[in-house]
Amino acid sequence: MSGKDYDVIIIGAGVTGCAIARELSRYDLKICVLEKDEDVCSGTSKANSAIVHAGFDADRGSLMARFNVEGNQMMEDLSQELDFEFIRNGSMVLCFDEADKEKLQALLKQGEENGVKGLSIIGGDEARRREPNLTDEVVAALDVPSGGIVCPFGLTIALAENACDNGVEFRFLSAVREIRKQENGYEVIAGNSKITASCIVNAAGVYADVIHNMVSEDHFEIIPRKGEYCLLDKEAGNHVSRTIFQLPGKYGKGVLVSPTVHGNLLVGPTAVDIDDKERTATTAQGLAEVMRVASLSVKDLPFRQVITSFCGLRAHQAGHDFILGEARDAEGFFDAAAIESPGLSSAPAIGKYIAGLVADKAGASQKSGWNGTRKGIIRPSALSQEKRAELIRKNPAYGTIICRCEGISEGEIRDAVTRTLGARSLDGIKRRVRQGMGRCQGGFCTPRTMEILAAETGLRMEEICKNIPGSEILRGAEQQEVNSYDRA
Amino acid sequence: MTEHELIIIGGGPAGLAAAISARKAGLEDILILERDNGLGGILNQCIHNGFGLHTFKEELTGPEYASRYIEQVQNLAIPYKCNTMVISISDKKEITFINREDGLCVVRAKAVILAMGCRERPRGALNIPGYRPAGIFSAGTAQRLMNIEGYCVGREVVILGSGDIGLIMARRLTLEGARVKVVAELMPYSGGLKRNIVQCLDDYGIPLKLSHTVVEVHGKERVTGITIAEVDANRQPIPGTEEYYSCDTLLLSVGLLPENELTKTAGAKISRITNGPVVNDMLETSIDGIFACGNVLHVHDLVDYVSEEASLAGKNAAHYVQGGSNKGDGQYVEMEAAGGVRYTVPQSLDIDNMNDQVTVRFRVADVYKDHYISVYYNDTRIAHTKKRILAPGEMEQIVIKKDSLKEYPDLKKIVICTEVD
Amino acid sequence: MKTRELTCIGCPLGCSLRVMITDNEISVTGNSCRRGEEYAKKEVTSPTRVVTSTIEVSGGTLRRVSVKTESDIPKDKIFDCMKEIHQTKVQAPVSIGDILIRDCAGTGVPVIATKNIGVCNEGD
Repeated sequence: MSGKDYDVIIIGAGVTGCAIARELSRYDLKICVLEKDEDVCSGTSKANSAIVHAGFDADRGSLMARFNVEGNQMMEDLSQELDFEFIRNGSMVLCFDEADKEKLQALLKQGEENGVKGLSIIGGDEARRREPNLTDEVVAALDVPSGGIVCPFGLTIALAENACDNGVEFRFLSAVREIRKQENGYEVIAGNSKITASCIVNAAGVYADVIHNMVSEDHFEIIPRKGEYCLLDKEAGNHVSRTIFQLPGKYGKGVLVSPTVHGNLLVGPTAVDIDDKERTATTAQGLAEVMRVASLSVKDLPFRQVITSFCGLRAHQAGHDFILGEARDAEGFFDAAAIESPGLSSAPAIGKYIAGLVADKAGASQKSGWNGTRKGIIRPSALSQEKRAELIRKNPAYGTIICRCEGISEGEIRDAVTRTLGARSLDGIKRRVRQGMGRCQGGFCTPRTMEILAAETGLRMEEICKNIPGSEILRGAEQQEVNSYDRA
Repeated sequence: MTEHELIIIGGGPAGLAAAISARKAGLEDILILERDNGLGGILNQCIHNGFGLHTFKEELTGPEYASRYIEQVQNLAIPYKCNTMVISISDKKEITFINREDGLCVVRAKAVILAMGCRERPRGALNIPGYRPAGIFSAGTAQRLMNIEGYCVGREVVILGSGDIGLIMARRLTLEGARVKVVAELMPYSGGLKRNIVQCLDDYGIPLKLSHTVVEVHGKERVTGITIAEVDANRQPIPGTEEYYSCDTLLLSVGLLPENELTKTAGAKISRITNGPVVNDMLETSIDGIFACGNVLHVHDLVDYVSEEASLAGKNAAHYVQGGSNKGDGQYVEMEAAGGVRYTVPQSLDIDNMNDQVTVRFRVADVYKDHYISVYYNDTRIAHTKKRILAPGEMEQIVIKKDSLKEYPDLKKIVICTEVD
Repeated sequence: MKTRELTCIGCPLGCSLRVMITDNEISVTGNSCRRGEEYAKKEVTSPTRVVTSTIEVSGGTLRRVSVKTESDIPKDKIFDCMKEIHQTKVQAPVSIGDILIRDCAGTGVPVIATKNIGVCNEGD
């Protein structure tokens, strides 16, 4: 290993970093993933449309087109190997104006050239027959049977756990502050540690420009492109069965309406370029815009049933294509940058590609004993009554329901905390088992979940965080610590 | 499959009172299923006083009020299971529940009483813009963390919503040394009881800003501040009226929703106004032998009325088990809420088989001063009572006597409304 | 003559009271029962409140027991009362009605438990 701490350091534990880590774990390499937050899947990967795009949208010949189509094709097998939720529910692109039909035709052609299978154009009535809640304004639609939906947390966490089980180390709360070039490699200052490695993979999301520009003179800039979403109750989940896109046209770029793999309905996003890489605040205008534009596609959207809203930042770059590969002037430094949509869909393919480049560079060979399968957290509510009863007999913790809305048991929460790369925060638990993600949004189950997390990790209740340090839920163990009697 | 005469879902104030009343009406085989680790429900965390004036003619705290019923349940040896979650109810009254000891069980009941209570409306339902940091609690969650576990949830607090839990928490936080900077209320009137505004806000000089809402949450990890603004008649924020409050905590007391997921699994008809099941004067839902009472039926402001309603449901369920269906060939008359009355519970009366008198509870849609509450049988006004004040936050009731219906053989509907004169 | 508008807290009806105060007489209107009159007279002369809070418990099934002042105490003693409540710690078991502070903040009013707390057995 030429005296380095690691062969490879991957910066960023989002879906791209974790996909690369998992693919690299096939090789006989010592690998470390550095993540600035307390958990995997804490940035762009946690707040997006959760769509596995078909690949008709990207320009012909672009990296986006290539990796999207390939990633889409890989997703089914991967979801089996790694036990995460993926549904090929199909999608539609709606056209509202006779004059725009040409654009729909062009999209079909582009999709076919990109290698997307099964595309066809249907009329407005046929579209409404397939999706009865589409508006009367729809005049035609591109039908896309290969479109899908995925749980982005599930995908990212599964990739990370499998990588970890195959020997990849993860270091959290380790923001990279500096990278120094060394002979045959790099020294990375992350958190309070100095770590050395022969190769670096930059999968730092909206910060990929900052990381890249530390080592390369070929500067690029990542512009955070903000997207706001509304998530609706499961009662609204059947409003459409496919993912409904809008053809970019006189209404702007459009927003999507889609079921999620968990049966909710997702509406969004907006697209606004901002300059603050941390500004994930929703705005009244943004949320109103989402609801207004979505209503062009789908009628009677039950916005009374919004259970939460959120905002994600896409890592946009002026060239609007992925930046993948070794930097021209920094040997052993590989970018997986500018991963905006369709980044989630492309992640498996990007992982494979970058891992191949890095392994070649390092001259690594595949190791024996690599295990590419991983079992997810058992979901008792998905089991038959007999199996569920048996599970509770074996482990009574599955018989105590903590989260009423999602029906999540104590057993699942304990599993989320104690398993490989277990959750260390309430958000971490939520992303693994959906505790607190239902209609009451944690109102009843937060105190109990905190107790379980405290018991399993040895943290004190007042140390329990929503996510990173500074997000403690409580302000003290006891009331009297904050008492002041200086009032009248 | 095990069968019970009566299964009561929920061991809070409604479930307890229903169980006691059913037993007193002669029912032996009763089982209460409670999801929490003890009986008493939300009363356990409502440590303030003011409960029980109607029922016990004394002022009790929540836990004391609950204990009176829990003791009766224990003295009557009514069986109950805690830490037990009901997953579904079929229209055949087969109940699937799980807990640690029994695992997953399916039991059948001759009658079921739904007493699951309600939950708080979360932030998401309001679409409050801004970040999603730690430090945003629904008032009841904060109440539990403070009153049961004794933790400090915040030092400087803004409260959105002047529902009773929010008002009670304003005082509670103040007594524990936190600074409650403001209570903002979207509506032009408070949703809480008058006396709570007096005792929880006025006493401590906490300002109540009516027609105001939160327009931004600041702080990425923990709340650092809240911006509120005045709203116009359409409840839209008025630009230029924004005020910033630095704080570490935002409490939400923005309404309660009956928890009717199970009711829906049974297929019972739900009212879009109350968000609870539609019931007749027996408090029976659209499904034979499934009754409902308490906050799962409609959100109450006084637990005394929950207990009263639940006792009736318990008695009716007992009679149902003992004598079969309450539904004879009786003539059903719809109750209609009109003119400023949002809903009534019950929604219909079986005028042939009803009790001698039926209490009809309802809420009004707005604040009305010096209005009348009127009751019409068909088009004839038969009651006309002046009220100095009517407010959405305070439940109203009228009593319909069976005798009074005798003169109306062609009765089609009973209308309850407010009138100016 | 001075008048004060009050909301009665005697019961959940919350009657709107008008209190007229002259040198030698206090008269109340708007009340629907005698408690309203008594409350209004008291509120303008010597206001009192029942204080409720929690006290730390050791060895119990819960960490805190809810408490109240057995009767109302002078309003200006509320924070003194809270201070004593905070300085108190009790041992489980606790039963409803147990006196946990004999004389709270010199008011002569005891603080009593409003919840039953059992002893926590190891392994619970």
